[in-house]
Amino acid sequence: MNTLLRNLRELRRYPSAILGLTIIGLLIVLSIYAVIAIPYSEAIRLWRGGPGVWDELPRNASPAWFDLFTGKSLSRTIVVDSRTEGTRTREPLGDGNVRERLILALDFRYDTFPTEMSLFSTATYETKRSKLTATWVKPDGTRVALASGRSIRSSDTYYISLDNQLRDRLPQMAAPEVALFGEFGASSPKGEWKTQPGTYELVLEADMPEAYTLESKLVVYGSVYGIAGTDNQRRDITVALLWGAPLALLFGLLAALGANTATFVLAGIGTWFGGFMDSAFQRLTQLTLLLPLLPILIMVGQLYGRSIWLILAVVILLNVFSGAYLTYRAMFLQAKEAPYIEAARAYGARHRRMIFRYLLPRIVPVLLPTFVLVVPQFVFLEASLAVLGLGDPILPTWGKLIYDARAADALYKGYYYWVLEPAILLMVTGFGFALVGFALDRIFNPRLRTM
Amino acid sequence: MKSLLAVGRYLIVRTLMVGITLVVGCYLIVIIMNMGGKLDDVRRAEIRSNVASAIFLDPSNRGIPADALKVMVDELAELEYERLGLDRPFFPWRSLEYLFTALSLKLGTAEQLTSDTGSRSVARILSERLPATLVLFGTSNLLLFFLAIQFALFLSRRYGSLVDRTMVGLAPLSSAPGWFYGIFLILIFAAVLRVLPWGGLVQVPPPDTAPAYALSLLEHMILPVLAITIGALFANVYRWRTFFLIYSSEDYVELAKAKGLSARGIQRRYIMRPTLPTIITSLMLILIGTWQGQIILETVFNWPGLGRQYLAAVNLNDTPVILGTLVIYGYLLAGTLLLLEFIYALVDPRVRVGGGKV
Repeated sequence: MNTLLRNLRELRRYPSAILGLTIIGLLIVLSIYAVIAIPYSEAIRLWRGGPGVWDELPRNASPAWFDLFTGKSLSRTIVVDSRTEGTRTREPLGDGNVRERLILALDFRYDTFPTEMSLFSTATYETKRSKLTATWVKPDGTRVALASGRSIRSSDTYYISLDNQLRDRLPQMAAPEVALFGEFGASSPKGEWKTQPGTYELVLEADMPEAYTLESKLVVYGSVYGIAGTDNQRRDITVALLWGAPLALLFGLLAALGANTATFVLAGIGTWFGGFMDSAFQRLTQLTLLLPLLPILIMVGQLYGRSIWLILAVVILLNVFSGAYLTYRAMFLQAKEAPYIEAARAYGARHRRMIFRYLLPRIVPVLLPTFVLVVPQFVFLEASLAVLGLGDPILPTWGKLIYDARAADALYKGYYYWVLEPAILLMVTGFGFALVGFALDRIFNPRLRTM
Repeated sequence: MKSLLAVGRYLIVRTLMVGITLVVGCYLIVIIMNMGGKLDDVRRAEIRSNVASAIFLDPSNRGIPADALKVMVDELAELEYERLGLDRPFFPWRSLEYLFTALSLKLGTAEQLTSDTGSRSVARILSERLPATLVLFGTSNLLLFFLAIQFALFLSRRYGSLVDRTMVGLAPLSSAPGWFYGIFLILIFAAVLRVLPWGGLVQVPPPDTAPAYALSLLEHMILPVLAITIGALFANVYRWRTFFLIYSSEDYVELAKAKGLSARGIQRRYIMRPTLPTIITSLMLILIGTWQGQIILETVFNWPGLGRQYLAAVNLNDTPVILGTLVIYGYLLAGTLLLLEFIYALVDPRVRVGGGKV
């Protein structure tokens, strides 16, 4: 044990190992933060999405720090809710009805246009419908009628960007979010739209019985969001990036620990008893080498279920008799001949004591580098399955981000961040473990040290 | 003569062992695939619903009461189960039959998938895909092998130089698999630079003339081959360089140097020779690794090979195609292993003497 600790202390002499340990440390901190900041059930609910969860986030928005590279101020999402902002006036019409007027004002000072506009309204009507009239007022006072006499129920969503009738009325038939926030300059021969900074107003008017009220929320979706951007379902990618860390670490470490320990112990037992058991284990190792493991895993994922825990169990099972078995076996064969083993045999120690107290501990130092080196393999295995569409159906992982991005042709459409963020995290994780593993390998295999 | 006998005996024993392992492996796959009878239930339900929709939608059956139709569905479904052999117990006969038909590659007809020519024959579906897989796999592994050996020898000669230290520093890059680099390569060369194709075997529509076809194939192969190579190169260069270094510090190498033999001669006769068996063993592991990664690599690059076919079959629960692909994978792996065993027998003197581990 002391040698083990002394050897571990030697890691300090390898700068690459320190870099690797730092990476692993940061990943652990990130994982802990993820689990605390977004509890498990919350993460799953958020990632499942559905109505109401991500309504206020833009679709396919780049990370907000893209500003730094473009030198422009990219549009952010602006939400104006009549419950907290805006002015409200009620004007009695005399017949028991009132004309309710909401003015939602917003300040827009970005260089790029919004990507979408939507108006979410809720009213306390029960049976009666009411007519809503919406007017857009630009900073220079120009008024654009958006909708007139839109019949709304108790809850209504007006997708302004998708209003084709509005589009037909707008200059150049430009998209509403462009025409409403910009001015058409004829500076270049073809002419182009430029954003018009200033304060915009959305004026809403609805007639309704006196007892009722209207609440409206205008969402002007930006082109950037948060530190990681969003995907095509408006989900904040940060959720999956954060939660991917503990899941990747857990899967990688558990699989490596499970498979490696099992291989190690079985190699010890097989070598100790020798004979039939040893040769049976060797045959099993050959069998495993010949079995197409990933195809089998895919089949299991499709036929039996895709839960990450089931896959973990199958991965461990399929890797028990891996190539490492032969390496361990060779070492145990050597260790078995050591004089102290012979001494223990002479005083009649039991098999169990011999294997677990004398034989296995001797080789533990060699286990360590192998263990650290296979972790990335399993992390990437989980990602591979996810990229093939066989990831855990409810958990947000890095591999699933890549799968979603590929399914949505993210690279083709230029949403590089969507692929790069999880890919870089995966790579950093793999790199961290590999750096430590290589350093450990050099420390524990002295033959390599002189090289 | 005696050494030839020893080699022959070694090879026969090896072939037998690999053969037996293959049979056991296939049987295991058959058992996993049946998932304790659940797959049969899925297939029964599928057959039944197909039969039912055929009967209920048939206009000539209009007017027949629903009860009578149900009886018809039951009867027809029963016939269909019998036709597909689902009425007999899985253990032991049906499972052994699956095993036998699979191993003899009499793969029968697919349930859902068809080949590009419209055939339902599993053999045809798979043989259509096999060349694409083999060409990619063969090229990339040959390239990987020779590049890695050359690099490793080069570095072992320049031990401690800047190139050497850089390569050693890059070794952890191999912790990521080939497909992973594939995504980066697609991003750089297809998405940003737009100089190489996104994926696929050849351009669409395929070129008419053979040279144009070959050229297009080559162009499409650059990225996947590069991806496989990057994924495995660095770690192997590092590992083999270490082997070469260990062997180049042996006394007999020092002696050869003192005698004034050429560096190239020393490398070939005193360093490469004793390390070859070890290198072949490690090559075996690389090959197995790349086989495993083939499915996902083909998916990432839209390469119409066995791997993508397999994924499609799995998604459709098309048992014959799944089994066929797995068996072909098994055969290919076994073939690769045997080929390497053969080379091993040629280069390892222990086998020739007959004293090696058999």
